[in-house]
Amino acid sequence: MADDTASEGESEGEGEIPAELLATLPENPRDHLSDNDAALLEDLLDGDQRALARVLTKIENRSEGARELLAALHGHAGTTPVLGITGSPGAGKSTLVDKLTDYYREREETVGILAVDPSSPYTGGSVLGDRIRMGSTAGDMGVFIRSMSARGRLGGLSMATTDAVTALDAFGMDRIIIETVGAGQNEVDIVETADTVAVVVQPGSGDDIQLLKAGILEIGDIFVVNKADMDEAAGTAADLEAMVHGAEPMGGAAGHHAVDAADHGDGAVGTDSDGGNTAENAENTEDGWTPPVVQTVATTGDGIDAFTAAIEDHGQYLDRSGRADARNRQRAAATLQRLLQRDLSELSEELIDAHGGIDGLAAAVAARETDPYSLVETLTAPIATAVQSETEPLDGVDGPDDAAD
Amino acid sequence: MSADSTQRAIRCLIAKVGLDGHDRGAQVIARAFRDAGFEVVYSGLHRAPEEIVQAAVQEDVDVLGISILSGAHNTLVPKIIDGLESYGALDDTLILVGGIIPEEDKSHLKELGVAEVFGPGTPMAETVEFVREHAGSE
Repeated sequence: MADDTASEGESEGEGEIPAELLATLPENPRDHLSDNDAALLEDLLDGDQRALARVLTKIENRSEGARELLAALHGHAGTTPVLGITGSPGAGKSTLVDKLTDYYREREETVGILAVDPSSPYTGGSVLGDRIRMGSTAGDMGVFIRSMSARGRLGGLSMATTDAVTALDAFGMDRIIIETVGAGQNEVDIVETADTVAVVVQPGSGDDIQLLKAGILEIGDIFVVNKADMDEAAGTAADLEAMVHGAEPMGGAAGHHAVDAADHGDGAVGTDSDGGNTAENAENTEDGWTPPVVQTVATTGDGIDAFTAAIEDHGQYLDRSGRADARNRQRAAATLQRLLQRDLSELSEELIDAHGGIDGLAAAVAARETDPYSLVETLTAPIATAVQSETEPLDGVDGPDDAAD
Repeated sequence: MSADSTQRAIRCLIAKVGLDGHDRGAQVIARAFRDAGFEVVYSGLHRAPEEIVQAAVQEDVDVLGISILSGAHNTLVPKIIDGLESYGALDDTLILVGGIIPEEDKSHLKELGVAEVFGPGTPMAETVEFVREHAGSE
Protein backbone atom coordinates (compact mmCIF):
# COMPACT_ATOMS: atom_id res chain seq x y z
CA MET A 1 0.00 0.00 0.00
CA ALA A 2 0.94 3.60 -0.44
CA ASP A 3 0.74 4.18 3.31
CA ASP A 4 4.41 3.81 3.97
CA THR A 5 5.51 6.37 1.48
CA ALA A 6 2.74 8.65 2.63
CA SER A 7 3.98 8.94 6.16
CA GLU A 8 7.35 10.14 5.00
CA GLY A 9 5.89 13.45 4.05
CA GLU A 10 4.83 15.28 0.97
CA SER A 11 8.17 15.58 -0.75
CA GLU A 12 7.86 13.03 -3.52
CA GLY A 13 5.09 13.39 -6.06
CA GLU A 14 2.16 13.50 -3.70
CA GLY A 15 -1.06 11.92 -4.85
CA GLU A 16 -0.01 11.39 -8.40
CA ILE A 17 -2.68 9.51 -10.27
CA PRO A 18 -1.82 7.72 -13.51
CA ALA A 19 -2.92 9.73 -16.52
CA GLU A 20 -5.22 6.99 -17.77
CA LEU A 21 -7.24 7.01 -14.56
CA LEU A 22 -7.21 10.79 -14.34
CA ALA A 23 -8.73 11.04 -17.80
CA THR A 24 -11.77 9.12 -16.60
CA LEU A 25 -12.45 11.36 -13.59
CA PRO A 26 -15.04 14.12 -13.89
CA GLU A 27 -13.55 17.56 -14.20
CA ASN A 28 -16.22 19.14 -12.08
CA PRO A 29 -18.11 16.83 -9.75
CA ARG A 30 -20.93 19.32 -9.65
CA ASP A 31 -21.85 18.53 -13.22
CA HIS A 32 -23.18 15.22 -11.99
CA LEU A 33 -25.68 16.67 -9.56
CA SER A 34 -29.38 16.85 -10.20
CA ASP A 35 -30.81 20.38 -10.18
CA ASN A 36 -32.24 19.87 -6.71
CA ASP A 37 -29.00 18.56 -5.34
CA ALA A 38 -27.03 21.35 -6.97
CA ALA A 39 -29.27 23.86 -5.21
CA LEU A 40 -28.91 21.94 -1.98
CA LEU A 41 -25.14 22.03 -2.33
CA GLU A 42 -25.16 25.77 -2.94
CA ASP A 43 -27.35 26.34 0.11
CA LEU A 44 -25.13 24.17 2.26
CA LEU A 45 -22.01 26.01 1.18
CA ASP A 46 -23.87 29.26 1.87
CA GLY A 47 -24.34 28.19 5.47
CA ASP A 48 -27.98 27.12 5.36
CA GLN A 49 -28.52 24.72 8.25
CA ARG A 50 -31.59 23.14 6.77
CA ALA A 51 -29.62 22.26 3.63
CA LEU A 52 -26.89 20.76 5.78
CA ALA A 53 -29.49 18.74 7.67
CA ARG A 54 -30.99 17.42 4.47
CA VAL A 55 -27.63 16.50 3.02
CA LEU A 56 -26.87 14.61 6.22
CA THR A 57 -30.13 12.72 5.85
CA LYS A 58 -29.26 11.82 2.29
CA ILE A 59 -25.89 10.61 3.44
CA GLU A 60 -27.42 8.53 6.22
CA ASN A 61 -30.06 7.02 3.99
CA ARG A 62 -27.63 6.63 1.13
CA SER A 63 -30.28 8.19 -1.01
CA GLU A 64 -29.88 8.67 -4.70
CA GLY A 65 -27.49 11.48 -5.36
CA ALA A 66 -25.75 11.25 -1.97
CA ARG A 67 -22.60 9.98 -3.56
CA GLU A 68 -22.49 12.75 -6.14
CA LEU A 69 -23.09 15.31 -3.40
CA LEU A 70 -20.20 13.93 -1.40
CA ALA A 71 -18.01 14.00 -4.47
CA ALA A 72 -18.80 17.69 -4.84
CA LEU A 73 -18.32 18.37 -1.12
CA HIS A 74 -14.98 16.63 -0.98
CA GLY A 75 -13.07 19.56 -2.40
CA HIS A 76 -14.56 21.92 0.19
CA ALA A 77 -13.60 19.81 3.18
CA GLY A 78 -10.41 18.79 4.89
CA THR A 79 -9.64 21.81 7.01
CA THR A 80 -11.61 21.41 10.24
CA PRO A 81 -10.04 19.67 13.22
CA VAL A 82 -12.09 16.64 14.22
CA LEU A 83 -12.23 15.54 17.84
CA GLY A 84 -13.53 12.10 18.68
CA ILE A 85 -14.90 11.43 22.14
CA THR A 86 -15.54 7.91 23.25
CA GLY A 87 -16.01 6.06 26.49
CA SER A 88 -18.40 3.77 28.25
CA PRO A 89 -22.08 4.68 28.61
CA GLY A 90 -22.64 7.07 31.47
CA ALA A 91 -19.05 8.25 31.62
CA GLY A 92 -20.22 11.77 30.84
CA LYS A 93 -19.34 12.12 27.18
CA SER A 94 -22.38 14.18 26.23
CA THR A 95 -22.00 16.50 29.18
CA LEU A 96 -18.33 16.99 28.34
CA VAL A 97 -19.21 17.74 24.74
CA ASP A 98 -21.72 20.27 25.99
CA LYS A 99 -19.10 22.04 28.08
CA LEU A 100 -16.52 21.89 25.31
CA THR A 101 -19.02 23.41 22.94
CA ASP A 102 -19.67 26.16 25.43
CA TYR A 103 -15.97 26.85 25.61
CA TYR A 104 -15.60 27.09 21.84
CA ARG A 105 -18.74 29.18 21.47
CA GLU A 106 -17.37 31.70 23.95
CA ARG A 107 -14.51 32.06 21.51
CA GLU A 108 -17.01 32.49 18.70
CA GLU A 109 -16.09 29.27 16.98
CA THR A 110 -18.85 27.29 15.33
CA VAL A 111 -19.19 23.68 16.37
CA GLY A 112 -20.62 20.70 14.54
CA ILE A 113 -21.44 17.69 16.67
CA LEU A 114 -22.19 14.17 15.56
CA ALA A 115 -23.62 12.11 18.38
CA VAL A 116 -23.63 8.45 17.48
CA ASP A 117 -25.81 6.10 19.49
CA PRO A 118 -26.37 2.40 19.04
CA SER A 119 -29.35 1.01 17.22
CA SER A 120 -31.25 -2.12 18.09
CA PRO A 121 -29.96 -5.13 16.22
CA TYR A 122 -33.53 -6.47 16.16
CA THR A 123 -35.66 -3.62 14.94
CA GLY A 124 -33.03 -1.18 13.75
CA GLY A 125 -34.73 1.40 15.94
CA SER A 126 -32.91 3.62 18.35
CA VAL A 127 -33.36 6.26 20.97
CA LEU A 128 -30.84 9.04 20.50
CA GLY A 129 -30.56 10.81 23.79
CA ASP A 130 -27.36 12.78 23.63
CA ARG A 131 -29.13 16.01 22.84
CA ILE A 132 -30.63 15.98 26.31
CA ARG A 133 -27.27 16.72 27.88
CA MET A 134 -26.29 19.28 25.33
CA GLY A 135 -28.68 21.87 26.55
CA SER A 136 -26.46 24.79 27.34
CA THR A 137 -26.04 25.80 23.72
CA ALA A 138 -29.60 25.03 22.68
CA GLY A 139 -31.17 27.66 20.51
CA ASP A 140 -27.72 28.77 19.38
CA MET A 141 -27.51 28.16 15.67
CA GLY A 142 -23.72 28.38 15.83
CA VAL A 143 -23.93 24.86 17.11
CA PHE A 144 -25.15 22.09 14.88
CA ILE A 145 -25.94 18.85 16.65
CA ARG A 146 -26.87 15.79 14.71
CA SER A 147 -27.78 12.49 16.33
CA MET A 148 -26.97 9.41 14.33
CA SER A 149 -27.70 5.79 14.99
CA ALA A 150 -24.95 3.33 14.40
CA ARG A 151 -27.35 1.34 12.22
CA GLY A 152 -25.97 -1.95 13.23
CA ARG A 153 -22.41 -1.34 12.32
CA LEU A 154 -19.77 -2.63 14.65
CA GLY A 155 -17.27 -0.03 15.63
CA GLY A 156 -19.81 2.31 17.14
CA LEU A 157 -19.44 4.73 14.30
CA SER A 158 -21.92 4.39 11.56
CA MET A 159 -20.56 4.07 8.09
CA ALA A 160 -22.06 7.41 7.29
CA THR A 161 -20.15 9.27 9.99
CA THR A 162 -17.06 9.90 7.93
CA ASP A 163 -19.24 11.27 5.17
CA ALA A 164 -21.18 13.40 7.64
CA VAL A 165 -17.90 14.87 8.84
CA THR A 166 -17.15 15.84 5.26
CA ALA A 167 -20.47 17.68 5.06
CA LEU A 168 -19.94 19.54 8.36
CA ASP A 169 -16.42 20.41 7.29
CA ALA A 170 -17.55 21.76 3.93
CA PHE A 171 -20.31 23.70 5.69
CA GLY A 172 -17.53 25.62 7.38
CA MET A 173 -17.65 24.52 10.99
CA ASP A 174 -14.62 25.62 12.99
CA ARG A 175 -14.74 22.50 15.14
CA ILE A 176 -16.20 19.07 14.66
CA ILE A 177 -16.82 16.74 17.56
CA ILE A 178 -17.87 13.13 17.15
CA GLU A 179 -19.27 11.49 20.21
CA THR A 180 -19.65 7.77 20.04
CA VAL A 181 -20.87 5.26 22.53
CA GLY A 182 -18.04 3.06 23.57
CA ALA A 183 -18.99 -0.46 24.41
CA GLY A 184 -15.40 -1.22 25.26
CA GLN A 185 -13.70 -2.53 22.19
CA ASN A 186 -15.76 -1.44 19.24
CA GLU A 187 -14.86 2.19 19.05
CA VAL A 188 -11.69 1.61 17.13
CA ASP A 189 -12.88 3.17 13.92
CA ILE A 190 -13.29 6.54 15.59
CA VAL A 191 -9.54 6.58 15.10
CA GLU A 192 -10.11 6.45 11.37
CA THR A 193 -12.29 9.52 11.42
CA ALA A 194 -10.99 11.81 14.15
CA ASP A 195 -7.73 13.75 14.31
CA THR A 196 -7.69 13.61 18.08
CA VAL A 197 -9.35 10.88 20.11
CA ALA A 198 -10.29 11.52 23.72
CA VAL A 199 -11.24 8.52 25.80
CA VAL A 200 -13.48 9.33 28.73
CA VAL A 201 -13.06 7.09 31.71
CA GLN A 202 -15.28 6.93 34.71
CA PRO A 203 -13.68 6.69 38.14
CA GLY A 204 -13.93 3.30 39.68
CA SER A 205 -14.68 1.69 36.35
CA GLY A 206 -12.45 -1.22 37.17
CA ASP A 207 -8.87 -1.76 38.11
CA ASP A 208 -5.83 -1.34 35.95
CA ILE A 209 -6.38 -4.71 34.37
CA GLN A 210 -9.74 -3.55 33.04
CA LEU A 211 -8.05 -0.61 31.42
CA LEU A 212 -5.51 -2.91 29.84
CA LYS A 213 -8.16 -5.33 28.76
CA ALA A 214 -10.45 -2.81 27.21
CA GLY A 215 -7.93 -1.95 24.56
CA ILE A 216 -8.66 1.73 24.99
CA LEU A 217 -5.10 2.64 25.75
CA GLU A 218 -4.09 2.29 22.12
CA ILE A 219 -6.73 4.59 20.70
CA GLY A 220 -6.64 7.48 23.15
CA ASP A 221 -4.66 10.61 22.34
CA ILE A 222 -6.03 12.14 25.51
CA PHE A 223 -7.55 10.42 28.52
CA VAL A 224 -10.20 12.17 30.49
CA VAL A 225 -11.11 10.98 33.95
CA ASN A 226 -14.51 12.55 34.27
CA LYS A 227 -16.47 12.87 37.51
CA ALA A 228 -13.16 13.74 39.13
CA ASP A 229 -14.99 14.77 42.28
CA MET A 230 -15.61 11.12 43.03
CA ASP A 231 -13.41 9.41 45.55
CA GLU A 232 -11.93 6.91 43.12
CA ALA A 233 -10.97 9.54 40.55
CA ALA A 234 -7.39 10.12 41.61
CA GLY A 235 -6.74 6.40 41.74
CA THR A 236 -8.16 5.89 38.28
CA ALA A 237 -6.12 8.79 36.97
CA ALA A 238 -3.00 7.39 38.59
CA ASP A 239 -3.65 3.96 37.10
CA LEU A 240 -4.09 5.52 33.69
CA GLU A 241 -0.99 7.65 34.00
CA ALA A 242 1.01 4.62 34.96
CA MET A 243 -0.31 2.65 32.02
CA VAL A 244 0.18 5.42 29.52
CA HIS A 245 3.72 6.01 30.65
CA GLY A 246 4.46 2.33 30.64
CA ALA A 247 5.50 2.47 34.26
CA GLU A 248 4.56 -0.08 36.83
CA PRO A 249 0.96 0.47 37.76
CA MET A 250 0.68 1.64 41.32
CA GLY A 251 -1.22 -1.33 42.52
CA GLY A 252 -3.95 -1.66 45.00
CA ALA A 253 -5.68 0.44 47.56
CA ALA A 254 -2.57 2.07 48.97
CA GLY A 255 -1.96 3.95 45.73
CA HIS A 256 -5.56 5.04 45.56
CA HIS A 257 -5.68 6.69 48.90
CA ALA A 258 -2.31 8.31 48.70
CA VAL A 259 -3.02 10.16 45.47
CA ASP A 260 -6.55 10.81 46.46
CA ALA A 261 -5.56 12.79 49.51
CA ALA A 262 -2.92 14.75 47.63
CA ASP A 263 -5.26 15.78 44.88
CA HIS A 264 -8.12 16.99 46.94
CA GLY A 265 -6.26 19.71 48.74
CA ASP A 266 -6.27 22.52 46.22
CA GLY A 267 -9.73 21.97 44.89
CA ALA A 268 -8.68 22.78 41.36
CA VAL A 269 -9.41 19.60 39.53
CA GLY A 270 -7.33 19.03 36.47
CA THR A 271 -4.52 21.46 37.10
CA ASP A 272 -2.43 18.85 38.78
CA SER A 273 -2.29 16.40 35.92
CA ASP A 274 -2.20 19.18 33.39
CA GLY A 275 0.98 20.63 34.75
CA GLY A 276 2.57 17.23 34.61
CA ASN A 277 1.48 16.74 31.05
CA THR A 278 2.90 19.90 29.65
CA ALA A 279 6.28 18.89 30.94
CA GLU A 280 5.78 15.48 29.45
CA ASN A 281 4.85 16.82 26.07
CA ALA A 282 7.87 19.04 26.08
CA GLU A 283 10.17 16.08 26.35
CA ASN A 284 8.33 14.35 23.54
CA THR A 285 8.44 17.11 20.99
CA GLU A 286 10.25 15.11 18.32
CA ASP A 287 7.78 12.55 17.12
CA GLY A 288 6.35 11.05 20.24
CA TRP A 289 3.14 11.80 22.03
CA THR A 290 2.39 10.64 25.51
CA PRO A 291 -1.34 10.87 26.02
CA PRO A 292 -2.08 13.23 28.90
CA VAL A 293 -4.53 12.23 31.59
CA VAL A 294 -6.89 15.07 32.37
CA GLN A 295 -9.38 15.17 35.21
CA THR A 296 -12.70 16.88 34.69
CA VAL A 297 -16.03 17.38 36.36
CA ALA A 298 -18.19 17.89 33.32
CA THR A 299 -21.26 18.94 35.25
CA THR A 300 -19.48 21.93 36.78
CA GLY A 301 -17.01 22.57 33.99
CA ASP A 302 -13.98 21.94 36.18
CA GLY A 303 -10.96 20.84 34.20
CA ILE A 304 -12.41 21.84 30.83
CA ASP A 305 -9.59 24.34 30.33
CA ALA A 306 -7.03 21.62 30.88
CA PHE A 307 -8.92 19.39 28.46
CA THR A 308 -9.07 22.00 25.72
CA ALA A 309 -5.38 22.77 26.28
CA ALA A 310 -4.59 19.10 25.79
CA ILE A 311 -6.65 19.09 22.58
CA GLU A 312 -4.72 22.10 21.29
CA ASP A 313 -1.42 20.48 22.25
CA HIS A 314 -2.31 17.38 20.35
CA GLY A 315 -3.35 19.36 17.29
CA GLN A 316 -0.01 21.15 17.33
CA TYR A 317 1.80 17.88 17.79
CA LEU A 318 0.01 16.47 14.74
CA ASP A 319 1.09 19.39 12.60
CA ARG A 320 4.61 19.55 13.96
CA SER A 321 5.34 15.87 13.56
CA GLY A 322 3.75 15.46 10.16
CA ARG A 323 1.29 13.02 11.67
CA ALA A 324 -1.57 15.16 10.44
CA ASP A 325 -0.67 14.44 6.84
CA ALA A 326 -0.17 10.79 7.59
CA ARG A 327 -3.56 10.58 9.24
CA ASN A 328 -5.19 12.33 6.33
CA ARG A 329 -3.77 9.80 3.98
CA GLN A 330 -4.72 6.89 6.18
CA ARG A 331 -8.21 8.24 6.28
CA ALA A 332 -8.31 8.61 2.53
CA ALA A 333 -7.02 5.08 2.12
CA ALA A 334 -9.70 3.76 4.48
CA THR A 335 -12.40 5.63 2.58
CA LEU A 336 -11.17 4.34 -0.73
CA GLN A 337 -11.13 0.79 0.51
CA ARG A 338 -14.55 1.07 2.05
CA LEU A 339 -16.07 2.48 -1.10
CA LEU A 340 -14.41 -0.15 -3.23
CA GLN A 341 -15.72 -2.91 -1.00
CA ARG A 342 -19.16 -1.41 -1.03
CA ASP A 343 -19.24 -1.16 -4.80
CA LEU A 344 -17.76 -4.56 -5.37
CA SER A 345 -20.21 -6.20 -3.03
CA GLU A 346 -23.01 -4.49 -4.90
CA LEU A 347 -21.67 -5.69 -8.20
CA SER A 348 -21.50 -9.20 -6.85
CA GLU A 349 -25.10 -8.99 -5.76
CA GLU A 350 -26.13 -7.99 -9.25
CA LEU A 351 -24.14 -10.91 -10.47
CA ILE A 352 -25.97 -13.29 -8.19
CA ASP A 353 -29.31 -11.88 -9.22
CA ALA A 354 -28.41 -12.31 -12.85
CA HIS A 355 -27.80 -15.97 -12.17
CA GLY A 356 -31.16 -16.65 -10.59
CA GLY A 357 -30.71 -15.15 -7.14
CA ILE A 358 -29.05 -16.36 -3.98
CA ASP A 359 -31.84 -18.78 -3.06
CA GLY A 360 -31.55 -20.90 -6.17
CA LEU A 361 -27.79 -20.99 -6.00
CA ALA A 362 -27.86 -21.78 -2.30
CA ALA A 363 -30.30 -24.63 -2.87
CA ALA A 364 -28.00 -26.11 -5.48
CA VAL A 365 -25.05 -25.86 -3.12
CA ALA A 366 -27.00 -27.28 -0.18
CA ALA A 367 -28.18 -30.21 -2.31
CA ARG A 368 -24.54 -30.81 -3.20
CA GLU A 369 -25.28 -30.38 -6.88
CA THR A 370 -22.33 -28.05 -7.00
CA ASP A 371 -19.81 -26.69 -4.56
CA PRO A 372 -19.63 -23.03 -3.48
CA TYR A 373 -16.00 -22.62 -4.48
CA SER A 374 -16.36 -23.57 -8.11
CA LEU A 375 -19.63 -21.69 -8.31
CA VAL A 376 -18.12 -18.44 -7.10
CA GLU A 377 -15.15 -18.87 -9.35
CA THR A 378 -17.44 -19.26 -12.34
CA LEU A 379 -19.57 -16.33 -11.24
CA THR A 380 -16.65 -13.99 -10.83
CA ALA A 381 -14.75 -15.13 -13.90
CA PRO A 382 -15.95 -12.16 -16.00
CA ILE A 383 -14.80 -9.77 -13.27
CA ALA A 384 -11.45 -11.47 -13.06
CA THR A 385 -11.04 -11.19 -16.82
CA ALA A 386 -12.00 -7.53 -16.78
CA VAL A 387 -9.58 -6.84 -13.96
CA GLN A 388 -6.82 -8.62 -15.80
CA SER A 389 -7.27 -6.58 -18.93
CA GLU A 390 -7.43 -3.40 -16.87
CA THR A 391 -4.49 -3.99 -14.54
CA GLU A 392 -1.92 -3.35 -17.18
CA PRO A 393 -2.69 0.26 -18.03
CA LEU A 394 -3.73 1.04 -14.47
CA ASP A 395 -0.88 -0.74 -12.78
CA GLY A 396 0.20 2.37 -10.97
CA VAL A 397 -2.81 3.02 -8.76
CA ASP A 398 -1.07 1.46 -5.80
CA GLY A 399 2.47 2.43 -6.56
CA PRO A 400 2.74 5.58 -8.65
CA ASP A 401 6.40 5.01 -9.41
CA ASP A 402 6.06 2.05 -11.73
CA ALA A 403 3.07 3.28 -13.65
CA ALA A 404 4.93 3.27 -16.93
CA ASP A 405 3.62 0.06 -18.45
CA MET B 1 -26.27 -6.97 2.26
CA SER B 2 -27.04 -4.46 -0.36
CA ALA B 3 -24.32 -2.00 0.32
CA ASP B 4 -25.20 1.16 -1.47
CA SER B 5 -28.93 0.72 -1.49
CA THR B 6 -31.10 3.17 0.32
CA GLN B 7 -31.43 2.65 4.05
CA ARG B 8 -34.40 4.70 4.99
CA ALA B 9 -35.28 5.03 8.62
CA ILE B 10 -38.13 7.17 9.88
CA ARG B 11 -36.60 9.84 12.10
CA CYS B 12 -38.62 11.29 14.95
CA LEU B 13 -38.09 13.97 17.53
CA ILE B 14 -40.03 13.43 20.72
CA ALA B 15 -40.14 16.77 22.44
CA LYS B 16 -41.11 18.02 25.84
CA VAL B 17 -41.70 21.72 25.77
CA GLY B 18 -42.34 24.29 28.45
CA LEU B 19 -42.75 23.99 32.16
CA ASP B 20 -43.98 20.45 32.29
CA GLY B 21 -41.97 17.91 34.17
CA HIS B 22 -43.86 14.78 33.28
CA ASP B 23 -42.14 12.78 30.60
CA ARG B 24 -43.19 9.24 31.34
CA GLY B 25 -45.59 9.36 28.41
CA ALA B 26 -42.97 10.82 26.11
CA GLN B 27 -40.52 8.12 27.14
CA VAL B 28 -43.07 5.37 26.55
CA ILE B 29 -43.73 6.76 23.09
CA ALA B 30 -40.00 7.07 22.40
CA ARG B 31 -39.56 3.46 23.32
CA ALA B 32 -42.52 2.27 21.25
CA PHE B 33 -41.18 4.18 18.27
CA ARG B 34 -37.76 2.68 18.76
CA ASP B 35 -39.27 -0.80 18.88
CA ALA B 36 -41.12 0.01 15.68
CA GLY B 37 -37.73 0.56 14.06
CA PHE B 38 -37.77 4.34 14.05
CA GLU B 39 -34.85 6.53 14.98
CA VAL B 40 -35.97 8.59 17.90
CA VAL B 41 -34.28 11.71 19.15
CA TYR B 42 -35.50 12.59 22.60
CA SER B 43 -35.28 16.24 23.61
CA GLY B 44 -35.32 15.93 27.36
CA LEU B 45 -37.44 18.07 29.66
CA HIS B 46 -38.23 21.78 29.80
CA ARG B 47 -37.29 22.78 26.28
CA ALA B 48 -38.08 26.15 24.84
CA PRO B 49 -39.90 26.25 21.51
CA GLU B 50 -36.75 27.60 19.79
CA GLU B 51 -34.78 24.63 21.04
CA ILE B 52 -37.34 22.23 19.64
CA VAL B 53 -37.23 24.04 16.30
CA GLN B 54 -33.44 23.93 16.26
CA ALA B 55 -33.45 20.23 17.03
CA ALA B 56 -36.13 19.43 14.46
CA VAL B 57 -34.30 21.34 11.73
CA GLN B 58 -30.83 20.01 12.52
CA GLU B 59 -31.98 16.45 12.98
CA ASP B 60 -34.09 16.72 9.82
CA VAL B 61 -36.82 14.63 11.39
CA ASP B 62 -39.80 13.24 9.53
CA VAL B 63 -41.93 13.35 12.64
CA LEU B 64 -42.10 15.82 15.48
CA GLY B 65 -44.05 14.53 18.46
CA ILE B 66 -44.76 17.22 21.02
CA SER B 67 -45.87 16.11 24.45
CA ILE B 68 -47.65 18.70 26.52
CA LEU B 69 -49.44 18.04 29.76
CA SER B 70 -49.32 21.56 31.13
CA GLY B 71 -52.19 23.07 29.19
CA ALA B 72 -49.92 25.56 27.44
CA HIS B 73 -50.35 23.97 24.02
CA ASN B 74 -52.13 26.96 22.53
CA THR B 75 -49.08 29.10 23.28
CA LEU B 76 -46.25 26.68 22.65
CA VAL B 77 -47.37 24.77 19.58
CA PRO B 78 -47.86 27.88 17.40
CA LYS B 79 -44.37 29.08 18.35
CA ILE B 80 -42.88 25.80 17.23
CA ILE B 81 -44.87 25.80 14.02
CA ASP B 82 -43.83 29.37 13.21
CA GLY B 83 -40.22 28.46 13.86
CA LEU B 84 -40.37 25.45 11.56
CA GLU B 85 -41.98 27.59 8.92
CA SER B 86 -39.19 30.15 9.10
CA TYR B 87 -36.69 27.40 8.29
CA GLY B 88 -38.86 26.01 5.54
CA ALA B 89 -39.19 22.81 7.46
CA LEU B 90 -42.89 22.84 8.21
CA ASP B 91 -44.16 21.18 5.06
CA ASP B 92 -42.23 17.99 5.33
CA THR B 93 -42.49 17.51 9.07
CA LEU B 94 -45.36 15.47 10.40
CA ILE B 95 -46.39 17.16 13.62
CA LEU B 96 -48.13 15.17 16.32
CA VAL B 97 -49.28 16.42 19.67
CA GLY B 98 -49.76 14.15 22.64
CA GLY B 99 -50.94 14.82 26.14
CA ILE B 100 -53.90 16.50 27.74
CA ILE B 101 -55.55 18.52 25.00
CA PRO B 102 -59.17 19.57 25.46
CA GLU B 103 -61.46 18.53 22.64
CA GLU B 104 -62.24 22.14 21.68
CA ASP B 105 -58.55 22.92 21.14
CA LYS B 106 -57.88 20.04 18.81
CA SER B 107 -59.37 21.52 15.67
CA HIS B 108 -57.48 24.75 16.26
CA LEU B 109 -54.18 22.88 16.52
CA LYS B 110 -54.97 20.94 13.38
CA GLU B 111 -55.68 24.14 11.52
CA LEU B 112 -52.24 25.36 12.48
CA GLY B 113 -50.66 22.31 10.89
CA VAL B 114 -50.73 19.59 13.51
CA ALA B 115 -51.47 16.30 11.76
CA GLU B 116 -53.05 14.53 14.70
CA VAL B 117 -53.62 14.86 18.40
CA PHE B 118 -53.31 11.77 20.55
CA GLY B 119 -54.84 11.84 23.99
CA PRO B 120 -54.42 9.54 26.97
CA GLY B 121 -55.30 5.94 26.32
CA THR B 122 -54.48 5.97 22.63
CA PRO B 123 -53.21 2.49 21.79
CA MET B 124 -49.52 2.61 20.95
CA ALA B 125 -50.05 0.60 17.80
CA GLU B 126 -52.44 3.25 16.52
CA THR B 127 -49.84 5.99 16.88
CA VAL B 128 -47.13 3.87 15.27
CA GLU B 129 -49.43 2.98 12.40
CA PHE B 130 -50.32 6.62 11.89
CA VAL B 131 -46.66 7.54 11.63
CA ARG B 132 -45.91 4.71 9.22
CA GLU B 133 -48.76 5.75 7.00
CA HIS B 134 -48.08 9.44 6.95
CA ALA B 135 -44.32 9.74 7.33
CA GLY B 136 -43.25 6.66 5.44
CA SER B 137 -44.68 7.85 2.16
CA GLU B 138 -42.67 11.02 1.79
